[in-house]
Amino acid sequence: MFNRTGVNVMASQTGTQTHISMHAIIWLLLSLSITFTLYAFNLENWVPACFIVFAIWRYLIEKNNWLYPSLWLRLPLTLAGGLAVLLTYGSLFGRDASVGLLAVMISMKLLETRTKRDFIVMVVLSYFLTVNILLFTQAIWVFLAVLLALTGLTACLISVSHQNKKIIPSPQIWKVQAKLAAKLLLQATPIMLVLFVLFPRIPGPIWGIPQDSYSGMTGLSDSMEPGNISQLSLSSKIAFRVEFKSAIPANNQLYWRGPVLWHQEGRRWQMTSDSIPLPIETLETSGVATDYTITLEPHNRNWLLMLDLPEIAASALPAEARIKHDMQVLSKEPIRTRIRYQGHSYLHYKLGAQLSERERTLALQLIEDENPKTRQLAAKWVSEKKSPTAIVEAALKMFREQEFIYTLAPPRLGKEPVDDFLFNTKRGFCEHYASSFVYLMRAAGVPARIVTGYQGGEINPNGNYLIIRQSDAHAWAEIWLQGNGWVRIDPTSAVSPDRIEMGIGAALPDSNLLPLLSRQDYPMLKHLYMNWDAVNNGWNQWVLGYDQAKQLALLKKLINKDIAWEDIGLLLVVTMIALMLFVSYLLLSNKGIALSPTNRIYQQFLKKLAKAGVPKLRHEGAINFGHRAAKALPNQAIEILEISALYSSMQYAKHQASSEKTNKETLSILKQLVKNLKIK
Amino acid sequence: MKKITDAIIAKTSEVILGKEQQIKLALACILAKGHLLIEDLPGMGKTTLAHTLAQVLGLQFQRVQFTSDLLPADVLGVSVYDRNTANFKFHPGPIFTNVLLADEINRATPKTQSALLEVMEEAQVTIDAVTYTLPQPFFVIATQNPSSQIGTFALPESQLDRFLMRITINYPDAASERKLLQSNGGREQLAKLSPVIDAQQLQMLQSACHDIHVSDALLDYLQAILKYTRQSAQFNAGLSPRAGLSLKQCAQAWAMLDGRDHVIPEDIQSILPSVAGHRLVSNSTLTGSVDNIAQLLKSVAV
Repeated sequence: MFNRTGVNVMASQTGTQTHISMHAIIWLLLSLSITFTLYAFNLENWVPACFIVFAIWRYLIEKNNWLYPSLWLRLPLTLAGGLAVLLTYGSLFGRDASVGLLAVMISMKLLETRTKRDFIVMVVLSYFLTVNILLFTQAIWVFLAVLLALTGLTACLISVSHQNKKIIPSPQIWKVQAKLAAKLLLQATPIMLVLFVLFPRIPGPIWGIPQDSYSGMTGLSDSMEPGNISQLSLSSKIAFRVEFKSAIPANNQLYWRGPVLWHQEGRRWQMTSDSIPLPIETLETSGVATDYTITLEPHNRNWLLMLDLPEIAASALPAEARIKHDMQVLSKEPIRTRIRYQGHSYLHYKLGAQLSERERTLALQLIEDENPKTRQLAAKWVSEKKSPTAIVEAALKMFREQEFIYTLAPPRLGKEPVDDFLFNTKRGFCEHYASSFVYLMRAAGVPARIVTGYQGGEINPNGNYLIIRQSDAHAWAEIWLQGNGWVRIDPTSAVSPDRIEMGIGAALPDSNLLPLLSRQDYPMLKHLYMNWDAVNNGWNQWVLGYDQAKQLALLKKLINKDIAWEDIGLLLVVTMIALMLFVSYLLLSNKGIALSPTNRIYQQFLKKLAKAGVPKLRHEGAINFGHRAAKALPNQAIEILEISALYSSMQYAKHQASSEKTNKETLSILKQLVKNLKIK
Repeated sequence: MKKITDAIIAKTSEVILGKEQQIKLALACILAKGHLLIEDLPGMGKTTLAHTLAQVLGLQFQRVQFTSDLLPADVLGVSVYDRNTANFKFHPGPIFTNVLLADEINRATPKTQSALLEVMEEAQVTIDAVTYTLPQPFFVIATQNPSSQIGTFALPESQLDRFLMRITINYPDAASERKLLQSNGGREQLAKLSPVIDAQQLQMLQSACHDIHVSDALLDYLQAILKYTRQSAQFNAGLSPRAGLSLKQCAQAWAMLDGRDHVIPEDIQSILPSVAGHRLVSNSTLTGSVDNIAQLLKSVAV
């Protein structure tokens, strides 16, 4: 209560303005609502909730003329807000924590936003907060929502600036302000485009995005346990997109090679360590190569997926990627921005004709004393003196003929996972089949390894490219046979041929677990989605994917000359200055109205006089100016007066419509007079 | 035509010394068929100016001194019962004339003021359902004293708008005042003054005014002025379309007085303070109307 007097003074000062600031408040709250809705997907839930509380509170203050909360309430609230952020994120730094802090503080600042100055500060802060959402996600719809919020904030700014003018409050005012705000943003578009095209890009991710930004990315892991690929299969997130130079190969050929797993430890399979590098396996290719371009979504890991089996020409690889001995392609840094790279693969190949001793050891490694039943089965096959090919056949036959079921929701496996799966549950996803198959092979003395990656993909007819989702994640086996090298065996195809021939949607038609878009029962939805994805793909390629290489290529095309990125900065500055000068010129030069011939000649006359030190004032009439100029330049007085009188009569006197000719004559007289006017 | 108007101005200047500009403005107002409001201190020659003009133009002249107990009937006339004819007979008031000088119009009550202003607009009087037309030409020259407003009823903006022009006379310069002091005052000369033209000729001049050409370029300028008064924060309200029309008519009259057959921007600039000064209400009370108009003129490019 003690600050009631203060508030009353405020109210009486702003008395007539309360009406207008209601507009400003509603604009501000509306735009912030959009912003916080976007943040609801990216920040802890209590942050948007906090905004809702304070926004409603602020609205009620305005509507019911409540008192603003006193400092003694605001101060602890602010401290509590800061503390809550600290507790939630464990820090006040880093992307999430600092944006969270900003969001909370902006929500609270609503409670002390009342003067024009407060509003301006608030709007500027809100611009910043709104644009920050793009640090989290850069999808088109987010971008559009951000534009909407920015328009609202601009309208708020307009509404605040109009407070001093008398505006008759009407329902129209919303429209007027929104229109004006949209117009302002539209006028900023050329500057935005110039900045977009010319602002120097730096290779790699946006500078200084803190590390925690990547925690939410999904993708294949460097190890595999039963359950984690089926987990991945629940996600409809896009893993990568592929454009083929030639025809797209058949679905059962589309094995996208990712991490190769060698090391078994209980139920976990892992990659080989890099400490003692193995020589790269030899590769003989046959047939025609397939060329394609992959746009890989960031997954915060090193692998670059390739169609099985890539022949790697070092030049085609993205910067600093290398190839491992087992034909995995790895980048130097984790993939944190969307990248594009070329691939060059052969569908027919012979890999690793000779198996080195070390590789053989690695490919036969098993933890002792586990899964006794499986080992017994393998031992039985070995004792029957079966060849490796026959052993593979036997294993596949077992999968095919016994009651194995391909399912996204397999039961949990017991202590001896392979035994439990092969002889008990018999229900599994690809990783179960791949791992137990490899286990069996190794137990029977056939060198084997697991390859993880993606299988299949979905053709988008609108863009003629392939979309591969996380739900296409897959695991298969490779065994080494004398004479044939590493041969791909997909045990899943023995259980569920549809999975390989037609994709996961066909293999699990009734599964409610699969993401909606991987299923087959909504053709309409799918069609819509395909269109949308084509737009998205374009957005990724041309807007988000506009990196240094593309920028330099574009500029080279425009300027027809190689330029360094330091020059781009200069170009940017020059273009901006030119743009601004052009706009100022348009604004200053009578709004670009073309002058009539009479006026053009008169302008020459004015130029001459201005040079002589007698400029015409803009509000001066021709006759008055003539008299003034004649007085200042008595030697040319007669000419000046004559020109002025002639111009004035041409401009203002009645012209006979019939005397076109005389008009022309008068014009030439004026021209002559101005031409002959010499001022010394 | 210029000869005639020059003669009128010269003749009037014989009585009103050193005030050619004001005489010209007043004449322009009459030629544009408008009513004139003269606002100045007592003794500046307001009445003399009005009377002289009427005399020179060969017009009938009536003068009414407005007081707070003046009734509408005192101005318009009254119907009195005539016993001989057993009928009401209308006795016309002083308004039935060519030039009515309404002295100190702000002393009368609003009722009387509005009765007068109504007649100014309609140029006819309706009493007891009978309409009496006023003689033509008819115009009112009203005067008011701006400084002592005690016991007056200031004319509201809507009624000020009825006057085409508002002018002030101001003190004479030293030479003119010396000349005035040397003579016996204007009144004596006034009686001797012979008219230069008659009412019919005046009407001809008025219609000739309409034929003064107004070009598109000039209308651009005029509209720029109107737009400025409406958009600028300087004024509370902009000029009305009627004010725009008034500006055009006065500029035409002014061009005629200058002997031109077309209007130029300078004409507008000359008459703008008198025509717009009393119609524009400034947002700031600090600057006078003269400063405001000067500011307005400076802000609009020709």
